Amino acid sequence: VTELLGVEALRFRDVERGKGLTTKLAQRVNALNRKVSLMHVCGSHEQSIARFGLRASFPRALDVIMGPGCPVCVTDVPEVDEGVSLALAGVRIATYGDMVRVPGTSKSLADARAEGAKVDVVYSVAQAVELARGTNEEVVFFATGFETTAVTTAAAIVAGVPKNFSVLSAHKYIPPVMEIVAEMPETRVEGFLAAGHAAAITGWGVFEPFVARHGIPVVVAGFEPLDVLAGLVRLVELIAERRVAVENLYPRCVTRDGNKPAQAMLARVFRPMGGRWRGIAHVPNGNLRLRDEFAHVDARRRFKIDASRLWDFAPPGLAQHCRCGDIMAGIASPADCKLFGKECSPESPVGACMVSSEGTCRIWKQYGGHPSLGDAV
Amino acid sequence: MCLGVPGRVISIDGTDALVDFFGVRRHVRLDIVDEPVGPGDYVLNHVGFAIRRISEEDAQATLALFDSILQGDDALDLMRADVEAEIAATRGGGS
Repeated sequence: VTELLGVEALRFRDVERGKGLTTKLAQRVNALNRKVSLMHVCGSHEQSIARFGLRASFPRALDVIMGPGCPVCVTDVPEVDEGVSLALAGVRIATYGDMVRVPGTSKSLADARAEGAKVDVVYSVAQAVELARGTNEEVVFFATGFETTAVTTAAAIVAGVPKNFSVLSAHKYIPPVMEIVAEMPETRVEGFLAAGHAAAITGWGVFEPFVARHGIPVVVAGFEPLDVLAGLVRLVELIAERRVAVENLYPRCVTRDGNKPAQAMLARVFRPMGGRWRGIAHVPNGNLRLRDEFAHVDARRRFKIDASRLWDFAPPGLAQHCRCGDIMAGIASPADCKLFGKECSPESPVGACMVSSEGTCRIWKQYGGHPSLGDAV
Repeated sequence: MCLGVPGRVISIDGTDALVDFFGVRRHVRLDIVDEPVGPGDYVLNHVGFAIRRISEEDAQATLALFDSILQGDDALDLMRADVEAEIAATRGGGS
């Protein structure tokens, strides 16, 4: 059984097909006869590109930028401050592992834990609910992640949670931020590679209005190296043909309409709200907050959260040089940041992009610091 | 967190499934999966929840798509693309 699945995965890493696709990509880009910038909005795409060394095979005229695709990285400082404040006030916090070391104004959840706060790392919201069932203490699930993850939080709430469980939602919704990036005056992005798993929920149809408004093609792709390469080839082809469309290269997981029951669950529990994404901008409808019907599980209504004491200790210096925002907007690469790999490292991160396993800086540091050999030669 | 991983369903108890991921067994919730799932099916897992049942046909369809992108190449096309790239590089001052 396991072997079969292993073989399945390997087929999407097939070397011959991969070589064919890299050659094709080079041909298509060279035929354009100019530079072209494409953006993906998913940490898993960057993982695949870095881990399999795909950037080294890209033609020099092709720039593949990682956009705001790391949910941990775009969780804004005030949201982290809310979690840290609750933790310091004695409330037990459960959250995904990557969130623990993300810096707030003056402290991370890890700092709070070092001062005696109770912070638990969970793999799933279901685990956080179990944690609450096993104690009388108040447990707050600090919920981060894009729509795919928000759906799981919604499902857990609908399935029923104990009285001592509540949710501090920092969930984010991807489609609105693509609009923001597309409208940035500095942006050079001519095509988007959309994340397969978010689209598994929303369906690829969700990108049609975006494509119509901005005249930028979108290709939905999976996360294996062949998925990414094929997606890039198709994007360049669409650009060359001046065809503005959405194409789905991930039919094994994504349909036009997506997962309807999951969408219904998401819409029932959360409402979209404008709010800041760290380093990016205010994103209209970019945040997901609990609806009034679920006020009883909303940590923001259950507790009076006062983060003002954190602001007195805000450290000066390094953070002001952090370029996470520019990097996520596709205006700069980690190599452009003077902190990268020096003052800012996975061991002592300055910005959130160096914390998360899905952050651009962390991925670049892990796989060699400057994985774009095209620029190095 | 976005690393959706496929696994094979071993057994099901209500909305809870025991799923094998490359030899590692974990419990996965079935609350939001889009169609009925049974033992032997493949599911895409995201933070402890199955978000989609994946059929063998769907996996095959994707591979066929990759092959269709690769088709239509012939030696002439390859040569022409190379020559065009050379010319373009020269025009751009070789940079």
